Amino acid sequence: MVRFEAVGLRYPGTGPHRGDWGEEALADVTFALPPGSFTWLLGPSGAGKSSVLRLMHLALRPTRGEVEVLGLRTARAPRAALPPIRRRIGVVFQDFRLLPYLSVFDNVALPLRLAGRPEASLKADVTEMLRWVGLQAKALALPPELSGGEQQRVAIARAVIHRPDLLLADEPTGNLDSRQARRLLALLREMNRLGTTVVVATHDDELVARFPAPSLLLHEGRLHDPDNARGPFAAEDDGLAEA
Amino acid sequence: MPRRSRYSRDPLGLRRALSGWLLPGLVAAMALLAALAVAGAQGAAGLADRWQRGAAAAVTVQLPDAARVEPALAALRAMEEVAEAEAIDAARLDALLRPWLGAAPAIPLPALIELRLRDPRADPVLVGDRLAAVVPGAVVEAHGLWVRRLAALARSLQALAWVVLALVAAVAAAVVAVATRAGLAARRDAIEVLHGLGARDADIAGRFARRLGLLAALGAAGGTAAAVPMLALLADLAAPWVGGEAARGLSALPWPALLAVPPFAFLVGWATAQATVRRWLRQLP
Ligand SMILES: Nc1ncnc2c1ncn2[C@@H]1O[C@H](COP(=O)(O)OP(=O)(O)OP(=O)(O)O)[C@@H](O)[C@H]1O
Ligand SMILES: [Mg+2]
Repeated sequence: MVRFEAVGLRYPGTGPHRGDWGEEALADVTFALPPGSFTWLLGPSGAGKSSVLRLMHLALRPTRGEVEVLGLRTARAPRAALPPIRRRIGVVFQDFRLLPYLSVFDNVALPLRLAGRPEASLKADVTEMLRWVGLQAKALALPPELSGGEQQRVAIARAVIHRPDLLLADEPTGNLDSRQARRLLALLREMNRLGTTVVVATHDDELVARFPAPSLLLHEGRLHDPDNARGPFAAEDDGLAEA
Repeated sequence: MPRRSRYSRDPLGLRRALSGWLLPGLVAAMALLAALAVAGAQGAAGLADRWQRGAAAAVTVQLPDAARVEPALAALRAMEEVAEAEAIDAARLDALLRPWLGAAPAIPLPALIELRLRDPRADPVLVGDRLAAVVPGAVVEAHGLWVRRLAALARSLQALAWVVLALVAAVAAAVVAVATRAGLAARRDAIEVLHGLGARDADIAGRFARRLGLLAALGAAGGTAAAVPMLALLADLAAPWVGGEAARGLSALPWPALLAVPPFAFLVGWATAQATVRRWLRQLP
């Protein structure tokens, strides 16, 4: 499903040394997530959680090693091979990334329309999804007219509407109160129960405690795996204190 | 409250990002130039063609009076370089000269014979000398030289028109490229979102290309329409040289070429936008 093999990642440098490559944001990250699993992605700020998720939804390619997502080895795959894989992945971004000039309905319908679903069959699905996240009444509103939590629910609806095989969420509870955060988690668990592989990056310890599941712990771009729970590929580590 | 764009037609909000009259206006100005160039090229081609066809028959023999026509014809038909010799009858001559001399000319008109030489490159002066020996007073007038010069001029005008057309197309492509970049900058976030959701480069480039092709075609239609009255006026002025009344006004315009200007502008806009957007998209993984 998702497999990282000795992955290294550098971002292109900016500032005075434009064109140089920066420090490695990820180094020697190795793990594999089985299909249908639920995984927490944990670590302090700047540890590289978002970077790992970006590699998973093909917004980046590794500078070193191999990332395999849904059967595609992305490191050297031709560019044209990526879009079909992206369409099987749902992503909830911390900053939502909704299109501000499209209605809530059209934002949620985006993945279905990109997949070429006919308009007639799509209306019922989108309406049902909006009902599920409790935004039925706001279907025709524009995202800037919504509250932060409402926008987040639109982002979630857009991420799951096409029943992705892989669902990624980056700090999905950042803008939610704890009741809404629990509701969101229930939703992610439901998707997981229906067979979707889910990865959630967070530093909300309370949430993790509420739903214990296997976790990947990152620290300064390296995988911290004290139990060696991820099998023989796991990174050998230098015994970091828990983050 | 801002108007909601309907997704299925405009998921990137390009109607708003690529709007305004600047692009269509610029393309309209260029389409006007293109229409003038096309019409100029066609007009010059017509003139060159006509004059050159005329040049083969453009040897005229002038006789001081009608009595000498028959001996002159006999002498000319006997010469082997002459393919054809025909007297121009008085009525036709009258009609030809009426615009200059009025309905009832007071001066005696000369008699004319039109010659067609077997070999258009043969020197008509030699023919004239031999004819003058038999029929005194016969004068041969060869129009070949100035016709050739005019034809050369017309051909250069035609070549110039094609150069203008190529330049206009290149400038139009540059204008579209600039507009496309502005649109890409304005919709960068939206493009990244669609790209992240799995839109293919062709999806995104196609949206831009259709929009910019449409804007270019609209501008071109306006510019061409504005050119029509000017061209009609020019056609009127050119009519005496190109074939009289039939070539007057709107009917004389090169309609197929003019009608081709907007679709051509669409193609230029479409192709330029495709290339620009696809190149820009390659910076995304
Ligand atoms: N676009 C970028 N350009 C350059 N460096 C980046 C970029 N994004 C992240 N980095 C660097 O990569 C490292 C990991 O960043 P990342 O965003 O993955 O951390 P994170 O674990 O998601 O942190 P947070 O919890 O604060 O979101 C950081 O050192 C950061 O400076
Ligand atoms: Mg992050």
